[in-house]
Amino acid sequence: MITIDDILETNRMITENKLDVRTITMGISLRDCAHPNITQFCQNVYDKITKSAEFLVKTGEEIESEYGIPIIHKRVSVTPIAIAAEACKTDTYVPVAEALDRAAKEVGINFIGGFSALVEKGFTNGDRILLNSIPQALASTSLVCSSVNLGSTKAGINMDCVREMGEIIKRTAELTRDEQAIGCAKLVVFANAPGDNPFMAGAFHGVSEAERVVSVGVSGPGVVKHALEGLKGADFTEVAETIKKTAFKITRVGQLVAREASKRLGVPFGIIDLSLAPTPAVGDSVANVLEEMGLESCGAPGTTAALALLNDAVKKGGLMASSHVGGLSGAFIPVSEDQGMIDAINAGSLSIEKLEAMTCVCSVGLDMIAIEGDTSAATISGIIADEAAIGMINNKTTAVRIIPVPGKKVGDVVEYGGLLGYCPIVPVRNKFSSEAFIARGGRIPAPVRSLTN
Amino acid sequence: MKIVVTIVGKDQVGIIASVSSILADNNVNILNVNQNIMDGFFNMVLIAEMTDDKLKLADLQKLLKEKGEAMRLEIKVQHQDIFNSMHTI
Repeated sequence: MITIDDILETNRMITENKLDVRTITMGISLRDCAHPNITQFCQNVYDKITKSAEFLVKTGEEIESEYGIPIIHKRVSVTPIAIAAEACKTDTYVPVAEALDRAAKEVGINFIGGFSALVEKGFTNGDRILLNSIPQALASTSLVCSSVNLGSTKAGINMDCVREMGEIIKRTAELTRDEQAIGCAKLVVFANAPGDNPFMAGAFHGVSEAERVVSVGVSGPGVVKHALEGLKGADFTEVAETIKKTAFKITRVGQLVAREASKRLGVPFGIIDLSLAPTPAVGDSVANVLEEMGLESCGAPGTTAALALLNDAVKKGGLMASSHVGGLSGAFIPVSEDQGMIDAINAGSLSIEKLEAMTCVCSVGLDMIAIEGDTSAATISGIIADEAAIGMINNKTTAVRIIPVPGKKVGDVVEYGGLLGYCPIVPVRNKFSSEAFIARGGRIPAPVRSLTN
Repeated sequence: MKIVVTIVGKDQVGIIASVSSILADNNVNILNVNQNIMDGFFNMVLIAEMTDDKLKLADLQKLLKEKGEAMRLEIKVQHQDIFNSMHTI
């Protein structure tokens, strides 16, 4: 029997600590849409998405209202378009992105993911066409998200793709320069990308997934921070225990929402992504959780250790609360979407280099970081290569979502609005060239899995 | 289906009467009530069971929300399962 205290605690989490379910994402396979004629393919894709996800938003809103828990996003992920569209006789997939955009608008979702290619070992013809289409596709659509997986622990790193992605990110920034390079906020470069991630911009419906699935991404850094506020001076055993218990409670809500959404939509439940996803709202920050552990500002020595503890405890607490866990699962550290991270950048406490170290122990990678627009493609590729190497060697997902904003310099601020937030231009301190390194191309071989020092 | 009704707002005559009459009119059976006044603010948590299959939660939410707005109270109605999920294994 629940008690009054339980009821008040849950409602306090929702109203004061910004507890929400971050996303209900429906994964839809497009493998049966293949057609040599791209117009017909686009029609098949549009029809399948609009039919499959017709009631997604309405169902999400009903659950939100019945249980009194905000569900921020309702989204769709699809089979990587490089695979789904490969049979089309065409040299561009931009019309496919436009069809995805139209379908997303028709069903009322706020993002659709899967304009993607999985090229960690090499490119097929479809992969090549997709990569070439990314800048224009992101410029001519508003809801389509793109991702490219270019490295994995089993396959190594595709350095040809690393080189190309530096250039593609620059081109995307240039084509969307009127909107402060927002195209780059919808483009993620991965190593070890999971096929069941419900979070954007990196969501796609993996090739081993079912026909349709519903997955849920939970959130709640504000709730964790509140729980730690009562633990001033307590040792780390107690800190970890408290985070675990809090993560359990948060995840149970996600599991409830996932179960209900799955039942009402008649679509199998996929996974819960156990994530602490911040928003720019005050009090909903992962950086503030780390600071609550005793760091004066996020980025201070000890930050990586604090993040490691947080990430691990969130998983341990969440695992028992859900029947299936997957996706990215861990703490996110996007800069522009986290007021505490922005404050730490402004205070000079947090840098790209420290963020890179933090990505070794957290859920994803360098995320939503605006840099100077004249940063060279080779430097961006170098940053991507470093992140991919961390993922490859440590057998974890890493990613880069970096935004070289044309015309902007350190000291400027770019504003994206909504949950994408705003970001001061973060300096890339090291000005030495990676040009010759990136120009080599080829593949970095897969790493040895023993002798792991 | 069990629901949880939480009411917060400035204390005034007839809060419990107004809310419970709406519940009674809709065949909602009250199971548990916890109420207090803090600094002139009325707080109540009420657990109840909806016995009429035809009554939709959204409709009851609308009725109580309208009453809440008229009396300047915040009235929230939630399916009990969110609390069960979070606090029981």
